[in-house]
Amino acid sequence: MGIFEAMLLTIITAATPLVLAAIGELVTERSGVLNLGVEGMMVMGAACGFIATQATGSPYIGILAGIAAGALFSLLFGFLTLTLVANQVATGLALTILGLGVSSMIAEPYLGQSGIKLPQIVFPVLSDIPFLGPVLFKQDLIFYLSIALVAGVNWFLFKSRAGLKLRSVGDSHASAHALGINVIRTRYLAVMFGGASAGLAGAQLSLVYTPQWAENMSAGRGWIALALVVFASWRPWRIVAGGYLFGAVSISQLYAQAFGIGIPSQLLSALPYLATIIVLILISHNRRMTLINTPASLGKSFVPDR
Amino acid sequence: MAAEGQPANSLLLAVGQLTKLFGTFAACDGINLDIRPGEIHALLGENGAGKSTLVKMLFGVLAPSSGQIVWQGQPVRIASPSAARKLGIGMVFQHFSLFEALTVAENIALSMDPGVSLARIAKEASDLSHAYGLPLDPHAHVADLSVGERQRIEIVRALLQNPKLIILDEPTSVLTPQEADRLFETLNKLKAEGRSVLYISHRLEEVQRICDRATVLRHGKVTGACDPRQETPSSLARMMVGSDVAHVSAEGTSSKGAIKLEARHLSATARTPFAVALKNICLKVHAGEVLAIAGVAGNGQGELFDALSGEYPVASDDVILISDKPVGTRGINARRLMGAGFVPEERHGHAAVSALSLSDNLILARSQSDRRAFLGGGPLGLIRQDAVKKASKRISAAMDVRKSGENPPAGSLSGGNLQKFIVGRELDRQPTVLIVNQPTWGVDAGAASRIRQALVDLAKSGSAVLVISQDLDEIFEVATEIAVISEGKLSDIYPASDLSREKIGLLMGGMYGKTETAETAHAH
Repeated sequence: MGIFEAMLLTIITAATPLVLAAIGELVTERSGVLNLGVEGMMVMGAACGFIATQATGSPYIGILAGIAAGALFSLLFGFLTLTLVANQVATGLALTILGLGVSSMIAEPYLGQSGIKLPQIVFPVLSDIPFLGPVLFKQDLIFYLSIALVAGVNWFLFKSRAGLKLRSVGDSHASAHALGINVIRTRYLAVMFGGASAGLAGAQLSLVYTPQWAENMSAGRGWIALALVVFASWRPWRIVAGGYLFGAVSISQLYAQAFGIGIPSQLLSALPYLATIIVLILISHNRRMTLINTPASLGKSFVPDR
Repeated sequence: MAAEGQPANSLLLAVGQLTKLFGTFAACDGINLDIRPGEIHALLGENGAGKSTLVKMLFGVLAPSSGQIVWQGQPVRIASPSAARKLGIGMVFQHFSLFEALTVAENIALSMDPGVSLARIAKEASDLSHAYGLPLDPHAHVADLSVGERQRIEIVRALLQNPKLIILDEPTSVLTPQEADRLFETLNKLKAEGRSVLYISHRLEEVQRICDRATVLRHGKVTGACDPRQETPSSLARMMVGSDVAHVSAEGTSSKGAIKLEARHLSATARTPFAVALKNICLKVHAGEVLAIAGVAGNGQGELFDALSGEYPVASDDVILISDKPVGTRGINARRLMGAGFVPEERHGHAAVSALSLSDNLILARSQSDRRAFLGGGPLGLIRQDAVKKASKRISAAMDVRKSGENPPAGSLSGGNLQKFIVGRELDRQPTVLIVNQPTWGVDAGAASRIRQALVDLAKSGSAVLVISQDLDEIFEVATEIAVISEGKLSDIYPASDLSREKIGLLMGGMYGKTETAETAHAH
C-alpha cells in the first residue's frame, strides 16, 4: 500500500462523518429549520453506538443505536422549536451542550474500554482493481451508506414530489400551508432525518474512526458539518466534495506534523471555516444563487393561523 | 342584479343577497351578481368597496354570513379554495403565492394532482402557455422571472384545472402596457372558448375595452350593473365613487402664504418589483394650504411619501425643497430639523415600535429635532425621561389619546388612539410642513374627525400640510387643494372647490386629458 493510498483511506475515514452529519442537516435546513445541535446529536450517537456495541457485541446493533439516539435527541429539538415554537438558534445551542453533558454521563463507565471495530465489507472483484479497488470497495458499511444517502437525498429533493413539498416548505412556509401542505409534520420528519444522520455520523466515530469512547469525541465535527451545508450551498453532491476537502484538511494537520512541515495546526483547523466564509461571501454577492439555493424560511418559526 | 330575462339555470354563477359581516361592519351587503357563460364581467369599485371580500367568498377563502351562491343552477357552499377549483373556479391573485426558489413546473406541480409526473406537467404547462399566447419556460426559476411572467404562471396554473370561471384580481396593476395587451388577447381567447372571466379593476378604460358587462360596488353594495360600452367614463366613475358631492366649507381659510414644500420634476425608479416608479412629479404647497393627494392604493403614494420624507432620499438636491431650501439628498432628521414633520402609513413597525412605551416612541422620532428638550449630558445624549414623559402626557391630552396607564406600550393602544398619538407627536412641534400618508386608515370615526380637525387647524395656523389619502370623504373634509396620483404620475393641482368626485374618479382611472374636454360639462 503506497503512502498516497494510505492517505486517501484516512481522508475517507475522516470525511465520512462530516458528509453524514451534513447531508442530514441539509435536509433539515431545506425544510426551513436551522438545527445548531448537530454536535450534540453526533456525540449522543457516538456514546449510544459504543454502549450498544459493548453490550451486545455487535457493531451493527451499535449503528442502529446511534441512529436511534440521534433521531430521538432531534425529536426533543423538534418538539421545542416546532410544537412549542422556541427559538431555533438558542434551542440548537442548548441541544449541543446537553448532548455533550448527557453523553459523558451515560458513557462514563465505558471510558478506556477497547471497542469493536466495524468490519470491512469487501466487494469480491471490484476490490481487486488496482489503487481504486481497496480505496472504494474495501470499506465499512457506514461509508457505503454515506454515499448512498447523498445520492438518495439528491434524488428525493429534486426528483420526488415529497421532496418538492419539503423544499416548498423551506422556501415559503406560509404559501406551502396555503396549498394544504402540512408544514409542521414535514419539518418534524426533516429534523428527525437530520438527527438520525448525525447519530450515524457519531456511531462512525466510536465504531470506525477510533473504536473507543472518549468524552467530547465529536471534537467540533458537528460545527464543521454545519459550515459544510453552507459551503455546499444546500446542494447534496457538493456536500461530498466539501466533506472530502475538509476531511483532507484535517488529515493534513497530522501529515504536516509527521513530516515536520511548519504550518501551525491551528491555521489548518481553521481552514474549513475560512473556506465557508469565502463561499458565503460569494453566495451573497450573487442574488440569483441565494434565491434559488438558500431556503428562504430558514430559521423562521411557523405558527399557522394565529 | 338578478337575472333579468335570463332563466336562472342558463347562468354560470348567480349570487343572491350575499353578505359578509366583520363584527358589525358589512364588507359586503346584500350583493347580487350574475355571470353568464362566455362573458368577461367587470367588478368595479374603489378600495374598500368590497370587491376582494366578494371574490374571496366565491373562491372559498371566506365564508359568507348570509346569502346564496348558485353555480350552474345548483345552490352550493364553497368551503375551501380546493372546493372552488373542483367546481371549476380558478383564481389569479393580485399578489402571487409563488415559490421563488422553485422552477415554473415545480410551482405548478405543487397545486396539482400528485399522480402526474413533473415532466408531463412541464410539457402541459408549456403547451398551454403557448396556446394562450403566454409563453413560459417550465424549467426557469421563478426568481429569474419578471412580474408579468410570474402572473402568467398563476394564470397557467389556473387554466390547467380547466376552469369554467376565472377570477382575476387587479391583474394589470403589476403589468406593463405591453404585457397588459397580451393579457387581454388571452382573455378574449378564453371567452371565445366559452369560459367566463370575472375581471376586478378600477381602471375604467380597460373595463370599457374588454368587458361585456360590469357590476359596480360601493361601500359593500351594488350601485350599478351595466354594459360598460354603453356608458361614458364619467357615468361609470359616478357609480364607482358616488354622486353625492360633499362640498367643502371654505370658511375661515387663511390667505395663501409662501411656498413651504415643493417638488420639481421629482422622479424615482421603483425599488422592488411591486413598487411604482415616480414620474416627473411637480407640486407646491403654500403656507395655510392642505394639499390632498387622492388615488387608488399602489399608484405610488408610498413611494412619494418615502421621497418627500427622506426615508429614501433622491439623487439630486434641488428636486425637493422645504422652505425654499433644497433637501432632496438629505435624510429624515435633516428635514425634520428644517421644521418638517412626517407621519407614515403603517402605524405598527413604521410610525411606532409596538413593544416600546409611548414616551420611548416619542424620543425615537424626535431625539434629533428636539435634542435640546429631550437629551441632556452634552455629547452623551442621555435621555431626560421627565421631559419626554411630560411631552408625551401633553400630546395625549391635546389629542385625547385614551390609554390604559400612564405610559403604556404603543402596541396596547387601539388603532385610532395610537394614530392620534402619532399625529400628535408631530403636531406638538408645530411643524411648518407636515406630510401625512393615510392619516385615518382603519381608524374609528371619532378619532378620524379628531385627526382631520387637527390637520385643518395646523394649516390655518400657517403651516403647509400634505395629506396622501384614498378616502374621498376625508379629502373633501380637509383639503384646500387636490391632486390625483395614478401610476406614479401626479395630475395638475385643482382647488378643492373646483373638483367633483366624479372628476377625481376619472383622474384615478388614469383618464387624463379627456377630463379637460368632454367631461367637464358633466362634472359640474
